[in-house]
Amino acid sequence: MKQDVPKIRLRGVRKAFGTKQVLDGIDLDVAARHSMVILGGSGSGKSVMLKCILGLIEPDEGVIEIDGEDVLRMPRREREALNDRIGMLFQNGALFDSLPVWENVCFKLLAQKRISRAAARDKAAEVLAQVGLAASVGDLYPSELSGGMQKRVALARAVAAQPDIILFDEPTTGLDPIMGAVIDGLIVDCVRRLGATAISITHDMASARRIGDDAAMIHKGRIVWTGPAANLGHTGNDLVDQFARGEREGPIQMELRR
Amino acid sequence: MGALILDPLAALGRGAFAACRTAGAVALFALEALSHLFRPPFHWRMFARAFVEIAWFSLPVVALTAVFTGMVLALQSYTGFARFNAQSAIASVVVISLTRELGPVLAALMVAGRIGASFAAEIGTMRVTDQIDALTTLSTNPMKYLVAPRLLAATIAMPLLVLVADILGVMGGWLIGIVKLNFVSAAYLKSTFDFLQTEDVVSGLVKAAVFGFIVALMGTWCGYNSRGGAQGVGGATTTAVVASSILILAFDYGLTEIFFGQ
Ligand SMILES: Nc1ncnc2c1ncn2[C@@H]1O[C@H](COP(=O)(O)OP(=O)(O)O)[C@@H](O)[C@H]1O
Ligand SMILES: [Mg+2]
Repeated sequence: MKQDVPKIRLRGVRKAFGTKQVLDGIDLDVAARHSMVILGGSGSGKSVMLKCILGLIEPDEGVIEIDGEDVLRMPRREREALNDRIGMLFQNGALFDSLPVWENVCFKLLAQKRISRAAARDKAAEVLAQVGLAASVGDLYPSELSGGMQKRVALARAVAAQPDIILFDEPTTGLDPIMGAVIDGLIVDCVRRLGATAISITHDMASARRIGDDAAMIHKGRIVWTGPAANLGHTGNDLVDQFARGEREGPIQMELRR
Repeated sequence: MGALILDPLAALGRGAFAACRTAGAVALFALEALSHLFRPPFHWRMFARAFVEIAWFSLPVVALTAVFTGMVLALQSYTGFARFNAQSAIASVVVISLTRELGPVLAALMVAGRIGASFAAEIGTMRVTDQIDALTTLSTNPMKYLVAPRLLAATIAMPLLVLVADILGVMGGWLIGIVKLNFVSAAYLKSTFDFLQTEDVVSGLVKAAVFGFIVALMGTWCGYNSRGGAQGVGGATTTAVVASSILILAFDYGLTEIFFGQ
């Protein structure tokens, strides 16, 4: 019974900013312990969708369910308790630049009082090791790190509290291909180790195949295709195939105007 | 023809409407932040950081302002009062102007430039780089973490700062009194304290607390609501300083009316 309920389920989620309809009826199911990859052009509303799931943006209409419970109509306290179990890696890391790396990594554990400040340094070292960083990095500040190291720290922060849902917003954008592959590997490791359900946004097909079990394509505010990530590139859907091959000609016309 | 008259009126109406809406939004923001002070957890580290930033690191600039103000007051009132042979009133004029008015107002304006701007810039940058959203995903309420401790710190730190400014300002006046105006030190100090009343000092400190709250509120509000990258943060910083300076002067009038108006 429980198995049939998707971990995350979106139905008819709509959100407009002013006159711009960013999300126009999103339907999406993510099965428990699956890794879903979301594809879509820049500005197609992928980040807005994740922020709706996190409750950072209130959708105008629609239903978002996690474990079968409607999160939009939940009392605030329950909603906060639910968010305690979700980890998020923001598009540009969003590390706190006034805090050293170890405090960034253990921020959620400290906020939830699951750990003392004295123990947090050791815990940070342990989590940093999982993303391939030395314990000494813990004493640096985010501005002292390279882009790849910042992504690793952001990943460490997203997984440190052992969430059972993790959302990744363009984890490899802006990295060189090798570092991108390394981060992908770390993501797959972390998600497997935690047994978590993951949603990842990416533009990169290689990355999508590495991270994803399933994939979905968002276009003009709707999900236009879902299927196994392994099929990307020869799905038979013109939109997806054009996007996967990066072709200029096809059904997708890049909107240069709002 | 009608449009010529009505358009400016409509614009005025829209402006007034927008101003009311902003005032309402700021008030709700303040109330929400204050409500977090009464609900645990309280972020002591953020409070301590803001407190040190306001009380300790603003000390040099506020001290310099106060000393020079005291000196100028003594010199100005001497040249003015000499016309009426009222030089003996100088010490009282200096201390009363400082404690009631110039201490709180000038210190608050200096702090508005330093602290209002830095709150707006720091929180604004956190907003445009998603750090505020990140706080929410890390089980931390951003109002509780970023705003409430800063409001409390500024409200407590400002009166302390102004107390120091009052003392240093009086010392500035005293210095000019004995070095340039040939007062006897003891006599100057005696007339400083003879006419000084508790309410002069207390009213100034209450003003300081209100001004501290205003500076922190405008700084955090402008930062919290900034949009659109570096330019947005720059705009938020400017607005924070200008708005808090104007509000300080307006509230100064209002508070003076409450304390001393007949
Ligand atoms: N808070 C906001 N206010 C107004 N417009 C927004 C906001 N957030 C996103 N948008 C708009 O929504 C559209 C989609 O944004 P986003 O989800 O960030 O795109 P992407 O798919 O590249 O992540 C963009 O046109 C953006 O301008
Ligand atoms: Mg995005």
